[in-house]
Amino acid sequence: MKSTWRILLALVIAVAISACKTTEPATDTSATDTTDTKPVVEEATTSAAPDPRDYTDARNFDNSESLLSKRVIYFDFDKSEVKREYRDIVAAHAAYVAANSTARVTLEGHADERGTREYNLGLGERRGNAVSGLLSVAGARGGQLDTVSYGEERPVCRVSDDNCWSQNRRVEIVYTAR
Amino acid sequence: MNETMKKLIYALLFLCISQLAHAKLEIEIIQGNASALPIAIIPMQWLSADPRPETGVSEVISSDLYRSGLFEPLADEDMVDRPVDEESIRYGTWRLLKVDYLMIGQVRDAPGGTGYDIVYQLFDVHTQESLLSQITTVGFGDLRFGAHRVADAVYEKLTGVPGAFSTRIAYISSTGTGNAQNYQLFVADADGFNPQAVVGSPEPLLSPNWSPDGQQLAYVSFEKGNSAIYVQNVATGQRELVSSGKGINGAPAFSPDGRYLAMTLSYTGNPEIYIRDLATGQKRQLTNHWSIDTEPLWSPDSQWIYFTSDRGGRPQIYRVAAAGGKASRITREGEYNARASISPDGTRIAVAHGRGNEYRIAVLDMDTGRMRILTPGVLDESPSFAPNGSMILYATREGERGVLSAVSADGNVRQRLILTEGDVREPAWSPVIR
Repeated sequence: MKSTWRILLALVIAVAISACKTTEPATDTSATDTTDTKPVVEEATTSAAPDPRDYTDARNFDNSESLLSKRVIYFDFDKSEVKREYRDIVAAHAAYVAANSTARVTLEGHADERGTREYNLGLGERRGNAVSGLLSVAGARGGQLDTVSYGEERPVCRVSDDNCWSQNRRVEIVYTAR
Repeated sequence: MNETMKKLIYALLFLCISQLAHAKLEIEIIQGNASALPIAIIPMQWLSADPRPETGVSEVISSDLYRSGLFEPLADEDMVDRPVDEESIRYGTWRLLKVDYLMIGQVRDAPGGTGYDIVYQLFDVHTQESLLSQITTVGFGDLRFGAHRVADAVYEKLTGVPGAFSTRIAYISSTGTGNAQNYQLFVADADGFNPQAVVGSPEPLLSPNWSPDGQQLAYVSFEKGNSAIYVQNVATGQRELVSSGKGINGAPAFSPDGRYLAMTLSYTGNPEIYIRDLATGQKRQLTNHWSIDTEPLWSPDSQWIYFTSDRGGRPQIYRVAAAGGKASRITREGEYNARASISPDGTRIAVAHGRGNEYRIAVLDMDTGRMRILTPGVLDESPSFAPNGSMILYATREGERGVLSAVSADGNVRQRLILTEGDVREPAWSPVIR
């Protein structure tokens, strides 16, 4: 009995030591070391993905786990208020823009096909301005933001039903510079 | 050769090809008028040495009158007699055929070799009276236009209202999807023949608006990445960029004297109506409200600007004195009224009228306050009054495709103008071209 426990203990210790060994190189390549020169290539292949909640990191634009990768805000019919469920996305982009003075964003506003085209240009712009307003309040500077409305002219789908209409009522957050 | 030259050549090639490939509009009467006037347009004698055109003058006249919904032209095969002059008319025959009016005529070379004379006479079958005896002279290649002028004369004689057959329509056609999407602004005869591409772009085009002399079109183009307003001479193709500031540059509308352009600009933060003096380039702001104010329209007497505003919650039609002042609301019925077009006598406006998800064309008589829905919908928009107030051209949907339709001002006659390709929208009926 005693020897079985000793073996088990040895095994546990061995596993613990080997676990410790593999975590050590990870801490060496952590984000806190970004100011040091990067280690050689073999280290890069095992480097960690950016923290998806670091909204100042440009790598998160392509990281599907990060809110920065979400760049379309949807709206209710005839409305231009940014719904609660999209506020976090807007806040993430605001954080990026505020932290990166070279960032330039165009808010492209759209509407669904119902109603007249020129009025829908106005509606698209109102939506773009709603997002732009939230970005400003959260630290983006005016010179970094632009709003362009396409009204109903650039639909993503062309079916006359609620599903398609809801996809067209949107603002696209387009970075013209990062 | 350098890049600019290459681009220019491709653009020209594209324009040429698109004109050749483009099919004409087809007209189909959906609902006729039971009290249409029966008329026989006898095929005109061709007296010129030139080869006969494929479509005769008489055929064009018959089609025009038929299309108005107010006439019932006798079919060719029912014409048992073809008189060539007044003496050879046997009125008994026409009374038996239940025809009320008869037209005869000839096409001959115009003196001086400048074109053709269309010589015609219109008779009342019952009284045997000559109602019209005229000659319309046109240049070579303008026979269709001449036929439309004759149809205008007949229409005016028999209804008291000037005809609108010799006018033109402008419209936008969109083809392709995604990266291959392309937009063209077309001008065609009012019967859809002879469409000419005025401008083409891979970016959206909208809101064509005619100058009162019928020579220019103002329109909105996204070719620069944002909306911008251009004014273009239809015959020469020359154009001027009139507005391209930050924000929306939209909804251009020429004043009745052609000196001013009303438009929507949102560079101050929200869309407002402005009036621009085309000679000096100076503009003045007409509305000042946080709402969306757009789609300006001049009254025929130039005193008022009608426009769409959602200052009351949802879009309705308002009007303000063109000289400036307080806006007042015009439409009282319905949740959504936008994009007004005004009758030539200034008493009626046609609007896109929405309820729930359905949009129809409605006409408001501003004298009586009565609003009347003219079309079945459900995605009807962009109404445009004919310059004689008799019909309204508008955009509607057929399946996934946009088509143009025309409805008589009293709603009794409706026609569909079918383009055999492309998604057609934004029609604008030209003024009468003198």
